[in-house]
Amino acid sequence: MEHLIELKNVYKIYQMGSETVHALDGVDLTIDQGEFVAIVGSSGSGKSTAMNIIGCLDVPTSGTYHLGGVDVSTMDDDQQAEIRNKMLGFIFQQYNLIPKLSVLENVELPLLYAGVPGDERRERALRSLERVGLADKGKNLPSQLSGGQQQRVSIARALAGDPSLILADEPTGALDSRTGREVLRFLKQLHREGNTVVLITHDNSIAVKADRIVRLQDGKIIYDGDSRDPRAVVQPHGEGEEDEEVGA
Amino acid sequence: MNFGQSFRLAIKSLTTSKMRALLTMLGIIIGVGAVIVILSLGNGLTGMIQQQVDKMGINMIQAQLWSVGDGMMPDPEELYDLVDENPHVLTGVSPYINLGGVVRHGDEKYEKTHVYGVSEIMYNAATNYTMDGEQLAKGRFLSYMDVERREAVCVIGAYLEQEAFGGDALGKTLSIDGRALTVVGVLKRNAEFEMLPGSQDDQIYMPYSTVMEIIGDRWVSMYIFTSTSGETADAAKQIIEAYLNKFYRTDDGMWNYFYITTMAEQANQINGMMGVAMGVLVAIAAISLLVGGIGIMNIMLVSVTERTREIGVRKSLGAKRRDIRSQFVIEAGTTSAIGGLLGIAFGWLLAKGLGMLLGGMLVESMGTSGITFDATPTMGAILLSFGVSVGIGVLFGYLPANKAAKLNPIDALRYD
Repeated sequence: MEHLIELKNVYKIYQMGSETVHALDGVDLTIDQGEFVAIVGSSGSGKSTAMNIIGCLDVPTSGTYHLGGVDVSTMDDDQQAEIRNKMLGFIFQQYNLIPKLSVLENVELPLLYAGVPGDERRERALRSLERVGLADKGKNLPSQLSGGQQQRVSIARALAGDPSLILADEPTGALDSRTGREVLRFLKQLHREGNTVVLITHDNSIAVKADRIVRLQDGKIIYDGDSRDPRAVVQPHGEGEEDEEVGA
Repeated sequence: MNFGQSFRLAIKSLTTSKMRALLTMLGIIIGVGAVIVILSLGNGLTGMIQQQVDKMGINMIQAQLWSVGDGMMPDPEELYDLVDENPHVLTGVSPYINLGGVVRHGDEKYEKTHVYGVSEIMYNAATNYTMDGEQLAKGRFLSYMDVERREAVCVIGAYLEQEAFGGDALGKTLSIDGRALTVVGVLKRNAEFEMLPGSQDDQIYMPYSTVMEIIGDRWVSMYIFTSTSGETADAAKQIIEAYLNKFYRTDDGMWNYFYITTMAEQANQINGMMGVAMGVLVAIAAISLLVGGIGIMNIMLVSVTERTREIGVRKSLGAKRRDIRSQFVIEAGTTSAIGGLLGIAFGWLLAKGLGMLLGGMLVESMGTSGITFDATPTMGAILLSFGVSVGIGVLFGYLPANKAAKLNPIDALRYD
């Protein structure tokens, strides 16, 4: 069977002044339909770069990336936008709702860019809001909602376009631990419903909620396996204090 | 594509920060307002001139003649014949000699009064109108015999009757250049309000033969013709020209001995000059539109920076470059369109106010009754201003919009 995500020998190299930074240093990674994977690493490990490339927000310097069997590593801006629109649902740490749009309008956005006509758009957005239990808040502005509710709205937005892959970037980072757990439970439930979820985090305690952990350090995968394996959460030497690490 | 949402977003950002919106639109409001004021006043003036022309008669043709070396000039009788021979285009002709004399009655002098030497043909009893649009109120007009015998009679305007004779002038006398004239008729009042000296209500018709006697001229140098209608004025002019060319033997197209102009031509000349003046003023006002456009560009650049994160989010959700671009272009267009609408309203009100202030003065100075000054912008002017303001928004919004469209989604998402 074809893999949903297939990264082959991916490098991402930045030039920062006179220094060359290997944000990703030869990464091979495959993720299949229906998996729940956590990409873990400290700041500077390359996990953000990995998330950008998996999320089609960036292209690798070398290597190939196939998403759903399609090579997306050489696509231009607008082609990537279309792939993001059709295949990906983003959940951000800062929710990233547009403050001037109502909750419903926010959820409608991916459908709007997909060219879904007005009535159907509203209906699907509403259904998506129902899934996160916020159907009654459609007319509210994001600022009138609590942090946890806003994050649920952003989940509804990610789900609205029926994406093949849900990418959650530190989804609990801005929430207190109780609402954070709620959001994680919700991601787990999405996974049980058959969605593929990729979670990016620096926090081992969150990463272990996933079935599989991919640990990055200095742009390389240092562990890829079951999250119940004790090695999955072992801090390798030199890692731990995030602030010591620099780079992308 | 998402025009509705972009439009609503634009309205939202305008209403949430009203002061900023107003300042953004100010240049456009002032520019469009100025254009509307200029076009409205111009429209009012054109309308006023048109009314004047209509009143005077769009079928009026003036002919100025000069004498050739041998002093020969056409005799009025020959021109009467010319009219009789061309009834399909010409309806009348009369000498129309301006006598620059001073009118006196008792001890009073009336220096502004226009005195014209005309023939009896000047007045058509059937319609009660003179060829230059006056009506008779009392008494009679000049007669054939008055002209033949160079009688010392005259028909005066309502102003003189009022001022010099206290409203009863018939049979009384006044003097022009020391010549006593008996008033045989009084013209109908034109002015709606005050009658002014030198206005259309302040004139005298007397037999042209008598005028020529006073000034000691042998030939009539000024005529007015009437054509059957405004449309035939040009044809009539050609017939008169042909006749005069033959008379002066200047068929080679020389016109030095006479000058013929129709009322329509005069109006066109005035309108042409006004068009140029208005064009210059509108061009100056357009500078304000340019400044307004730059103001919009400036605020849109600020807006793009402020909303970098929003742009990143939209891109991550699948917005293509053209989606972002059109969102900001629509927003800029909406802003300047609203500015344009406000400018149109503001300009309209200002033009109305100025029209009321200036219009009365202008109408009085024309001295013709029934003429109104209406400083209303034409539909064309409104549509043009609106179109231009939308165009400016789109034009000046394009650069910021393009900047937004080209933002890298990762950088934009990371932006605080």
